[in-house]
Amino acid sequence: MALSKHIDPASLLAAARAHPHHRLIHREHRDIHEGSYASRFEADMEVPKFKIPQTGVSSKAAYQIIHDEMDLDGSPLLNFASFVHTWMPEEANKLMMENMNKNFADQDEYPATQAIHTRCISMLGDLWHAPKGEAIGTATTGSSEAIMLGGMAMKRRWQNKRKEQGKSTQAPNIVFGANAQVALEKFARYWEVEARLVPVTEEGNYCLDPHDAIKYVDENTIGVMVILGSTYTGHFEPVSLMAELLDEYEKKTGIDVPIHVDGASGGFVAPFAYPSYKWSFDIPRVCSINTSGHKFGLVYAGLGWILWRNEAMLPKELIFELHYLGSTEYTYTLNFSRPSAPIIGQYFNLLNLGFEGYRRIIQADLKNARLLANALELSGYFKVLSNIHVPLPKTAEGLVGAAQKAVGAVPDPDDAEAYMKGLPVVSFRFADEFKKQYPYVKQVWIQSLLRNKGWIVPNYNLPPALSDVEILRIVVRESVSGDLIERVLADLLEITESLMSNPDVSMLMAAFSGQLSLRAEAHNGRVTKAKDDVTPSNTHTYAREC
Amino acid sequence: MGFLSTVPATERTDAHPDHDHYVSTTVYGSALAAEEIPRFEMAEEEMPARLAARFVHDELLMDGNPALNLASFVTTYMEEEAEKLMVDNLSKNFIDVEEYPALGEIESRCVNMIARLFNAPLHDKDSEALGVSTIGSSEAIILSVLAAKKRWQNARRAAGKSTEHPNIVMNAAVQVCWEKAARYLEVDEKYWYCRPGQYLADPKEIIDLVDENTILVCGILGSTYTGGYEDIAKMSDLLEERNKKLGTDVWIHVDAASGGFVAPFVRPDLLWDFRVPRVCSINASGHKYGLAYAGVGWAVWRNTDFLPREILFTVNYLGSPQVSFTLNFSKSAVQVIGQYYQFLRLGKAGYRAIMTNLQKTADYLAEQVVRIADGNMFELMCAMEGQGLPLVAWRIKANKHYDEFAIARHLRSRGWIVPAYTMAPHAEQIKLLRVVVREDFSRHRCEVFVRDLKDAVDFLDKTPSEIIQHLAKAHKDNAKQQAHRSAKVTHHHENKSLQAKHGKTHGVC
Repeated sequence: MALSKHIDPASLLAAARAHPHHRLIHREHRDIHEGSYASRFEADMEVPKFKIPQTGVSSKAAYQIIHDEMDLDGSPLLNFASFVHTWMPEEANKLMMENMNKNFADQDEYPATQAIHTRCISMLGDLWHAPKGEAIGTATTGSSEAIMLGGMAMKRRWQNKRKEQGKSTQAPNIVFGANAQVALEKFARYWEVEARLVPVTEEGNYCLDPHDAIKYVDENTIGVMVILGSTYTGHFEPVSLMAELLDEYEKKTGIDVPIHVDGASGGFVAPFAYPSYKWSFDIPRVCSINTSGHKFGLVYAGLGWILWRNEAMLPKELIFELHYLGSTEYTYTLNFSRPSAPIIGQYFNLLNLGFEGYRRIIQADLKNARLLANALELSGYFKVLSNIHVPLPKTAEGLVGAAQKAVGAVPDPDDAEAYMKGLPVVSFRFADEFKKQYPYVKQVWIQSLLRNKGWIVPNYNLPPALSDVEILRIVVRESVSGDLIERVLADLLEITESLMSNPDVSMLMAAFSGQLSLRAEAHNGRVTKAKDDVTPSNTHTYAREC
Repeated sequence: MGFLSTVPATERTDAHPDHDHYVSTTVYGSALAAEEIPRFEMAEEEMPARLAARFVHDELLMDGNPALNLASFVTTYMEEEAEKLMVDNLSKNFIDVEEYPALGEIESRCVNMIARLFNAPLHDKDSEALGVSTIGSSEAIILSVLAAKKRWQNARRAAGKSTEHPNIVMNAAVQVCWEKAARYLEVDEKYWYCRPGQYLADPKEIIDLVDENTILVCGILGSTYTGGYEDIAKMSDLLEERNKKLGTDVWIHVDAASGGFVAPFVRPDLLWDFRVPRVCSINASGHKYGLAYAGVGWAVWRNTDFLPREILFTVNYLGSPQVSFTLNFSKSAVQVIGQYYQFLRLGKAGYRAIMTNLQKTADYLAEQVVRIADGNMFELMCAMEGQGLPLVAWRIKANKHYDEFAIARHLRSRGWIVPAYTMAPHAEQIKLLRVVVREDFSRHRCEVFVRDLKDAVDFLDKTPSEIIQHLAKAHKDNAKQQAHRSAKVTHHHENKSLQAKHGKTHGVC
């Protein structure tokens, strides 16, 4: 019997149910309206998967079935792959649940929710140094929607400008780093804008290098998207340098190219961790900024924000005017009806934490990330690619350098400003020395073995032109405490050492990891199969979790 | 035996800590309750979670009561068990399928159930339906238009023809997201306009608008104005002929945002879904008659031919490739879980029971509305007895010194939100009142509403017209002021949309 033979569990169960004994049971007469566990009454009742069942079950039973099904999910706490926030205080949970039945699009019916939305926009504007009384913005479902709105506004402005000048609007393009999140590519393809991906280099910190990017800019460039916080290594792309180069470009050619800052992760990090850092609306060329409330804004999944410098940045034809019960509303969104709860959660956080609270949390995240990065480097097995654990050179950035000198050789361990700037992310790979010594150990096995212990730490390739480099990445979110760092580090080292010490384990791993990926494909059932048929090979893109 | 305790001197016990340092047992006794809460700038300092939650909670008391909101189709009631499931899963990110495989499984089950409910052709592998969950019907419609546009572009390019000026053919009574989809994706809008007495697209007239640049025809299953269903089957037959004549390959997308979960249960024989040969895609809002809370919609395509490859993205999560076609990425998972809960909990029988009850309540309400003032006051504008959505739309037929908007305002003072609005473009002189009958609008609540409606009519009958005019003006001024107070943008004057050109008011959905 072949070991690799695939047995379909559904057909197996169907065969098992065909036992003559079961045929005697009248399935029509099942009475499961009281018990939570349907199985207590009938083991042969199948949970409906593909068709709405003819008759329903009691609310208790429905709850229990789905509740148990959800237990097969991973634990959000141990998910180090994602930037998305997974913990909020009890009070916030309660508040969000109370408002679960409110539709955010129903503006006239829920004026208090609207007022809260306005306050959030205002606070973000203040945080990002937006011109007072001019900035305008909206909540979105996430940064993807925000980026599409930002990109679409840039495209329309460019089209209008070109039409005015009597020039062609045929071939717009947009410039961003190859490290961009998939949403940026999606925008380009869906809105028919040529994506000019700037390859990343090691010297350019694995993200957009403005000196390279400027070579891609021309009269058809609708804008440059600068990412505050690369999802690969957490580096901040230098917004101010990009702006300077574009200023020079405008002086030379008269072409004005705006910047959109994708602050999906960094928008809630930089203002608190590095208050003096210039990246936002205090740079005149920045026309719009987006962020994810559900990342370091510390709200559950389902919330993004986008702000524009002023109304002129939003072409009028994109704004929809809605009249309803005598009041007039203006909207610019892709989604219409949507939950209000995440927006309420955001306002709760802003009130609850204040500037100080957010600052304390991000400082703690960065401190834990530094701890992990330093420990990994000290182990000698790994090279760390992110650099938030690297102290700033003494001469850099006047004040900080001086402050550091005053403290002494060791920088204040709690102050993020004494180190290189970035997101609380640790990206690492096997050290070159290690690879030479243990060539048979594959880095991707670390991911699989950690997964067996419950940790989700993804292993993936860097973007072009460094796509042959693989990295492991750990995102240090609020819920990743010092204790968890200690645990994951211990497991990481133990796994690495077990692979080093025993080539046989490595052989086994090679076989095992093949099986792992098979299982991953199987768990989605038939829809994945249908989808696989349409898997376009040319659109294959590595999306970083965000 | 007892311990000896020292009683401290008064000097030691009388130390006065600052007021700020008092640990207050009540929210409202705290120092913070006596201060203004931050509105437009973040505070420097933190605030205890209990206080922050209470202040936000209090702020939200100013919102309307969702249960009395008769304007909206969006679900406002779910069972406690469903709510508990949702709160348990708030911390999960829907797109993180590798981490949360059960979520992926649940979405795929919902898509399967919906595709079968809509009679998608599933007889062999090549004709399997494809679907996706969205935030709502807006996203679903934008995705469908995007797919249709790419498909049209590809066909035109293959035939060596121009890809400029694509258009969509639709009834001007469409929901605003169709205008949005057209304008944002740079597709021309080609409208069929209604006329007094004819609010659903005339199949012949609308199909005659189709030309070689048409990427899609939109059919509405459940007009937000009158609740009526357009004759999709007839449109399909005519489109078939039209395609033959023009040598085109145009398909119909059915916007079943509201009707998708009503028609299959109330009128199972009505041909509107994939049984109709020319229907290529359908969207439905799970958060309307799908009975889940706001934040879930569905889009289903007939087969893979309708999803051109270049708009699909393969994202690679930890070794398992996922094909994705969405505008949003990270999003909440709880609404999809809520949807699956309802499918499981209710079954077809449960949905049928609820929808039938709604229809009965709607019929009862319609009867009562018409009966006011011995049948001389109102005239119905909607189809009854399951011919359309369970909603009641009516207008004043008597000659009165007040209009529908005055009635809406008066009902509002009793807490009921009943929208008054003008009809779709080219019939905008007609004003309507509309009540959407949702699951939580029971027969009993309906009776209370009828009583209040009668009171409103009596009251307005006795009110001199000067006062009514004054109230209308005051309401308008107040709305302006409110917008100003909450720092909303009010000075855009766009001139492109149907609203700007025809004064179309958009019914909330």
